[in-house]
Amino acid sequence: MPSDAEDIVISVRGLVSRFGEQTVHDGIDLDVHRGEVLGVVGGSGSGKSVLLRTIVGLRRPQAGDINVLGYDVLHLDDSDAQALEQRWGVLFQDGALFSSLTVAQNIEVPLREHVPMPEPLMDEIAACKIAIVGLPEATADKFPSQLSGGMRKRAGLARALALDPEILFLDEPTAGLDPIGAAEFDQLIRDLKASLDLTVFLVTHDLDTLFAICDRVAVLVDSKIRIGTLDQLLADDHPWIHAYFHGPRGRAAHPGSDS
Amino acid sequence: MAPPATIVASQEAGGVVLRAEGDWLVGSAATLDRRLHALDLPSDQQVTLDLAAVGRLDTAGAWLLLRTEHALAARGNRVALANVRNSFAPLIAQVRSRGAGRPVPHPIPPHHTLKGFIARIGEIMIMVLRRTYSMVGFGGLVSIRVAEMLVRPSRLRLTATLVQMEKTGLDAMPIVGLLSFLIGVVVAYQGADQLRKFGAEIYAVNLLGVSILRELGVLLTAIIIAGRSGSAFTAQIGTMQVNQEIDALHTLGLDPVEVLVLPRIFGLVFTLPLLVFYADAMGMLGGALMTWATIGISIPTFLDQLRSGITEWTLWVGIIKAPFFAAVIAMVGCYEGFNVTGSAESVGRLTTQSVVEAIFVVIVADAVFSIMFSALGI
Repeated sequence: MPSDAEDIVISVRGLVSRFGEQTVHDGIDLDVHRGEVLGVVGGSGSGKSVLLRTIVGLRRPQAGDINVLGYDVLHLDDSDAQALEQRWGVLFQDGALFSSLTVAQNIEVPLREHVPMPEPLMDEIAACKIAIVGLPEATADKFPSQLSGGMRKRAGLARALALDPEILFLDEPTAGLDPIGAAEFDQLIRDLKASLDLTVFLVTHDLDTLFAICDRVAVLVDSKIRIGTLDQLLADDHPWIHAYFHGPRGRAAHPGSDS
Repeated sequence: MAPPATIVASQEAGGVVLRAEGDWLVGSAATLDRRLHALDLPSDQQVTLDLAAVGRLDTAGAWLLLRTEHALAARGNRVALANVRNSFAPLIAQVRSRGAGRPVPHPIPPHHTLKGFIARIGEIMIMVLRRTYSMVGFGGLVSIRVAEMLVRPSRLRLTATLVQMEKTGLDAMPIVGLLSFLIGVVVAYQGADQLRKFGAEIYAVNLLGVSILRELGVLLTAIIIAGRSGSAFTAQIGTMQVNQEIDALHTLGLDPVEVLVLPRIFGLVFTLPLLVFYADAMGMLGGALMTWATIGISIPTFLDQLRSGITEWTLWVGIIKAPFFAAVIAMVGCYEGFNVTGSAESVGRLTTQSVVEAIFVVIVADAVFSIMFSALGI
């Protein structure tokens, strides 16, 4: 049964993930508070996406506990799993839109499945979501293969938002977007977070995104995790973290950080 | 529990007041939608939308509110939102500024009308002609590459060709062998059964020899390979197309036809005749065992009868067709693979199409061969 701990919506304890011999996560603890944007960073292969996939229950870890919105993710029965899945939205790296459905139909999939409603209303809500994520109206009847990468991400975001979730998981939302598109996407997430009261769990490589929208940042390094505000991490003297935030790109994204 | 979501209209001093109550969430959107449609909207009045009693609000709820507001405004009312809680303001502002999207009306598919239906037939005709044209073009391109390769045989990628031979030939042996064996059994049994009525059951052997060696062996094998390898060619090349691997080959100065198509065509052209010979042998084995079991023809008698019933040309007629069928199957498979665009769905669709087309072309070619051989008197 759900037992809502007040402020913490995602709590991970002692998470261990292994692929064969390779240990990706070695006892990770992580709390995400309601209403915050948590950015997860780390080098390639440090298990950022694995962490996301584990939290949303797509992968079973070797050890550890995961609690989302008061539900124990690793021991869910079917009805709890359904209830929980309606309260989060996931945006996969390339949108993961169903290629045989139009954008509007993609957005309607969760609506159709979970909240019975008349067809015209469903079309209206889909159109509303399409407009909210900043896509032109005509996108509704297009197929994913007719969209650019940035538009696919927005459409994927619209589908993730279909049921007005409380938590939004984003896997590299700005990867592959041009700087203007990426900045717009950052702005979009910030707006949506403010208006829809979202908690955002964000895996990213993009330093600009981190500085623009994240309240706290979790760094996956040496199979462990370090969490803090940006200022705390900027002061961290772990070699990788230092190189990450104080490298040429880190300085460019956050001028004055080296002073 | 919050009170159920609803909206109540009342006439008050300052005009009409619509009071929204309860949780305006996506889960109650259907109920609210019905309620709002049933609502008798006033015209040309001062209308207040009072949100004081709204417990929670999400995008769907905000959309319904704003839709009502639009509908009221369209009837000449002066509309005002009242008692909007601070926490709702950003959401309403967001939906108001961005979310006033109109649903795109779904047009009636044109082929649901008579005119559209006729137009569709025309479109399909033109599409068939275009496809034929482009397929012939692909055939020409491949022929040129084959000719170039014959001049400089070192350009054939030997490893790739051998891999294809293993995948399309060696790996297909169990299924081809089993099916041919069973077909031999069936033909022998049915033949013996019918010919027994004339006391001519020994001629079941002739029937078996001619039908398996001339037609069934090669046709059956070609169809199995079209389903097994032709589809694989389309799926492999199609997936490469989706992953832009074909583009990568181009930019690396490699010719996709030479790298991908020629090994597949040559691999299959070499293997299919061997497979057909093997299928013929398995079919004869099945037939021999069946005639022995049902009408008691011993194996030596079977062989004697077979030798008198068929000539070596009976075998050759079947095997000669194999390389042509192989080339057709490989070309259609590769061609459809290159036609893949963008999505995973397209890979699936073209794979199906490639199998259907390959089998179709194989059977048409078989008919052409039959006419040709009968004209030649073989």
